Amino acid sequence: MTLAWIALLPFLGALAPALTIRLGRNACALATGLVTATALVLLLSLAPQVMAGEVVTTRIAWFPTLGLNLNFFLDALGLMFAGMILGIGLLVIIYARFYLNKTDPMGRFFAFLLLFQGAMVGIVLSDNILLLLIFWELTSLSSFLLIGYWRHLPEGRQGARMALTITGMGGLSLIGGLLILGQIAGSYDLSVILQSGEAIQASPLYLPALLLILGGCFTKSAQFPFHFWLPHAMAAPTPVSAYLHSATMVKAGVFLLARLWPALSGTEAWFYLVGGVGLFTMVFAAVVALFKDDLKGLLAYSTISHLGMLTFLFGLGTPAAAVAGVFHIINHATFKAALFMNAGIVDHEAGTRDLRKLGGLYTLMPIAATLAVLAGAAMAGIPPLNGFISKEMMLEEAVQASAFGLPWLIPVMVMVGILFSAAYAFRYVVGVYFGPKRESYPSKPHDAPFGMWAPSALLVILAVAIGLAPALVAGPLVNAVAAAVTGGAAGEKHLALWHGFNLPLAMSLGAVIGGAILLSLHRPAARIWTALGLPDAKTLFDRTVAAGAGAARKTTELVHNGSLQRYLAMILGAAILAAAGGFLSAPHVEGLRPTLAAPGAAIVAWLLLMGGTAAVVLGHRQRYLALIFISVIGLVVSLGFVYLSAPDLALTQISVEVVTILLLLLALNLMPKTSPVESSRARRTRDGVLASLGGLGMAGATWALLRRDGPPSISEFHWANSYSGGGGTNVVNVILVDFRGFDTFGEIIVLGIAALTIFALLETADRGASGQRLANWMPDQRRSPERHPMMLVVATRLLLPLASVVGLYIFLRGHNEPGGGFIAGLVVSIALLMQYMASGYAWSNRRLPTDHHALIGFGVTVAALTGVVAMMLGAPFLKSAYEYVSIPLIGDVGLSSALAFDIGVAFTVVGAVMLALHHLSGVAGRAEKLPPSDLPMDVDPSRAPAVGPTPPAGGAGA
Amino acid sequence: MSIEFLVASAVGVLSAAGIYLVLRARTFPVVLGLAFMSYAINVFLFSSGRLVVNEPPIYGQDVAAYSDPLPQALVLTAIVIAFGMTALVVVLALRTFLEAGTDQVDGLGETPAELETLAETSASEAQVRSDVEARP
Repeated sequence: MTLAWIALLPFLGALAPALTIRLGRNACALATGLVTATALVLLLSLAPQVMAGEVVTTRIAWFPTLGLNLNFFLDALGLMFAGMILGIGLLVIIYARFYLNKTDPMGRFFAFLLLFQGAMVGIVLSDNILLLLIFWELTSLSSFLLIGYWRHLPEGRQGARMALTITGMGGLSLIGGLLILGQIAGSYDLSVILQSGEAIQASPLYLPALLLILGGCFTKSAQFPFHFWLPHAMAAPTPVSAYLHSATMVKAGVFLLARLWPALSGTEAWFYLVGGVGLFTMVFAAVVALFKDDLKGLLAYSTISHLGMLTFLFGLGTPAAAVAGVFHIINHATFKAALFMNAGIVDHEAGTRDLRKLGGLYTLMPIAATLAVLAGAAMAGIPPLNGFISKEMMLEEAVQASAFGLPWLIPVMVMVGILFSAAYAFRYVVGVYFGPKRESYPSKPHDAPFGMWAPSALLVILAVAIGLAPALVAGPLVNAVAAAVTGGAAGEKHLALWHGFNLPLAMSLGAVIGGAILLSLHRPAARIWTALGLPDAKTLFDRTVAAGAGAARKTTELVHNGSLQRYLAMILGAAILAAAGGFLSAPHVEGLRPTLAAPGAAIVAWLLLMGGTAAVVLGHRQRYLALIFISVIGLVVSLGFVYLSAPDLALTQISVEVVTILLLLLALNLMPKTSPVESSRARRTRDGVLASLGGLGMAGATWALLRRDGPPSISEFHWANSYSGGGGTNVVNVILVDFRGFDTFGEIIVLGIAALTIFALLETADRGASGQRLANWMPDQRRSPERHPMMLVVATRLLLPLASVVGLYIFLRGHNEPGGGFIAGLVVSIALLMQYMASGYAWSNRRLPTDHHALIGFGVTVAALTGVVAMMLGAPFLKSAYEYVSIPLIGDVGLSSALAFDIGVAFTVVGAVMLALHHLSGVAGRAEKLPPSDLPMDVDPSRAPAVGPTPPAGGAGA
Repeated sequence: MSIEFLVASAVGVLSAAGIYLVLRARTFPVVLGLAFMSYAINVFLFSSGRLVVNEPPIYGQDVAAYSDPLPQALVLTAIVIAFGMTALVVVLALRTFLEAGTDQVDGLGETPAELETLAETSASEAQVRSDVEARP
């Protein structure tokens, strides 16, 4: 568990600074430091075990079916990185406490920093590569937040975006690569993958996996040509640069190269890709660094160069080179973090980071100068500092390596690289601290407070100590890590300052001398550099992003132009194409199922349906007419259900038909009554072709279906068990309330939601533009002088009790005979609606003040309770029980628990229908602006004459 | 002429009408088109139980032939859901019309020819229009 805690602590601890900032900046920094220190102590408590060669693991099953588990493991490599992340993290927290201004929101800074720390620790401790990917993405995100910490700086925001774009794309690439890797190895656990190196390298998917993984590593570790985000990320506060962009995050790519070294390295592709890119980056970035005037820019390119060197070392693929790489990771972290902190101190105290404005600070800032000289010397590779030793080790490997059959190629390039390294290191130290003192600095320079220089001093002491006694200070760790990286192939290597007189020493010496000469020639060299006019990466990046965004916008506008007609045509066209594809690629046999002869009545009904459809399509611009014709179709469909042995469907269809038409009429009252001709002839032809094809397909499919017998289905089970198991003889109803009761339960909830949505849409209709339109609404149809016609009122009054009884009857018999909750609910709704129609909204509402929301809620609750009761009795949800009860006059009534469920259905239906129509008529009532009438029936003589000519279409209803 | 042919051709014609109407430029025909599609699909779903006459699925000991109850149960819920959908869509169309002042499906407003006629209609309309445009 300890391992999981180490990774989780910073995440949980991220709350600490956010909460303690109210207690002051010291409390905030202290809380943050404590979180990191605790994690560090936990880690160190495991160090003895790990150094003894043990691998500590924590395995927590998370999504075992996906292969995604919280598996952590700690070997020497993980220990070194986690130690660096937490150790340097602690120093950075101290440094940041003094670096941040009073106006900077410190709580946020430390919260982001801890989030980053957790993600980073997670990467190096993950045993599961899917888990590693999650942490990997989290570092990109937290780094984005940290780079953009100073929100007011456009460079910060742009740099953050650029970093996120590049590392985020790399993260995507890495996901692909690691998934392939996991597929090849058959496991997402690193410990398994590392054992299957041979299988991985033999796989045909090795090269794609390698390329994708390198895409992730190279973007994260800023290798050419993805390096350019790192200099722009320097817009971040200096503690962030020191922590993320030199010591930890950018090393995540190198870490992964080291981690996967046993599985991936040793092939020619690995050597040329990793080694080549690393070497080129090292040389190229070293040259660029020399010509950077901004201290942090110089250090950024220097970091890229050193990351290139690390990549190059791991790319060589030899165990000895891997040892050198591991050692240099430690060394680089010490001196580079120290130098970043130093640059921050200069910026903080002298007010600028521009080398052209600095110089001669040695006497003004002696402490900072001393630290910078030592760290700079380590960076330049001057003995007896740690940078010298790892550089010697690197050179030893480099002079033995040969590429493209040219033994001199790699040594020469490396020589150029270390020469420029020495030169830019000298430039940093000499340019800031030596040379002539300036007459004035942007602010008066003096040494920083203790808390600010102490962390870098600690790092410099470490750099010196490693340099003086490498075997004692770093030896055991380096050897243990090297063993972990290479799987024991590296063997024991004795780290020493003095390697004897050899070629590497000569090269080192040459580089230092050459670097000094190069620095003295800096001015003319810089002129040549400027004259070269190399393309600016940021411009290229911005152009690429703009082009990408432009292309995306064009594509979107092409297919997603906001036209519903186009979308629907595309969707329908695609559906027709897909169906046609299926149809054309399958064999066709004439169906053999016998058909039923059609009686004359059926043919007449069919003709009615055809005529009605044609009338609607041709006359759809006259909307009232279209409504009348469409009701003919509903009627014919109901008749068809009656004839074809589906009485329940017929009842449902006919009652739904009535409610739907009423609703459409009410809505149409407020909408334009006609549609103008808008579509061009071509558009109508296109739609006609689509419609014909779709109709032909549907007809063909139905015909083919009807001419074949279906496979045996579950229907027979329903039939056989309907009475014995469900207690009802109406199998359709038993299916609805029992066999598939859960479906019905979901369905009444959907119906309730639809009604509530209608309520929400209409309740707010009198606000804003919509409200103004309603207020200005003028009737566009002639109004009958009979506001509430007597005939209708009398008829509906008589109908109400009759319809209610019919509804009840249909409800009660529903379990055994056609009927049931749905139909009963609809019948009762219609009876109530008739009152609204006859006597008006206000009159009916006063006499039947029902809360329709409550009806819906009641219905759904009753239905749910039926199911819950079944569960409490130990049966599955909605399992029904039944009993037959004899009631005088009515006879045997099956009292089934499904009846309670059906009550719920009926109430929901009534509630939903009434809620929709109630509010629709309410809106209409508000629009009409008629004085409320309390008379059940009345005549309004003022409406007797016609209201003049009907206004033209389009302007209606506004 | 068989019942099967009548049903299949009816499904085809109803689908075609539905497709044509949902592709119209005003909301109300689109609502009608959706209703047509519901008819077509419900009948199609129903006919997956094959067509039989005079054999309703009412259980009895001595009843041997019966129409398939399962598609009927599914279609019954589908009819009710289709009602819910139609109600919602037509109210949505109404509210959109009240909100945007047009029932064009893309909210594009009136064509130039209609704007001319609109200019002659009430000033209140123009007032509403300018108010709408003035909204931030």
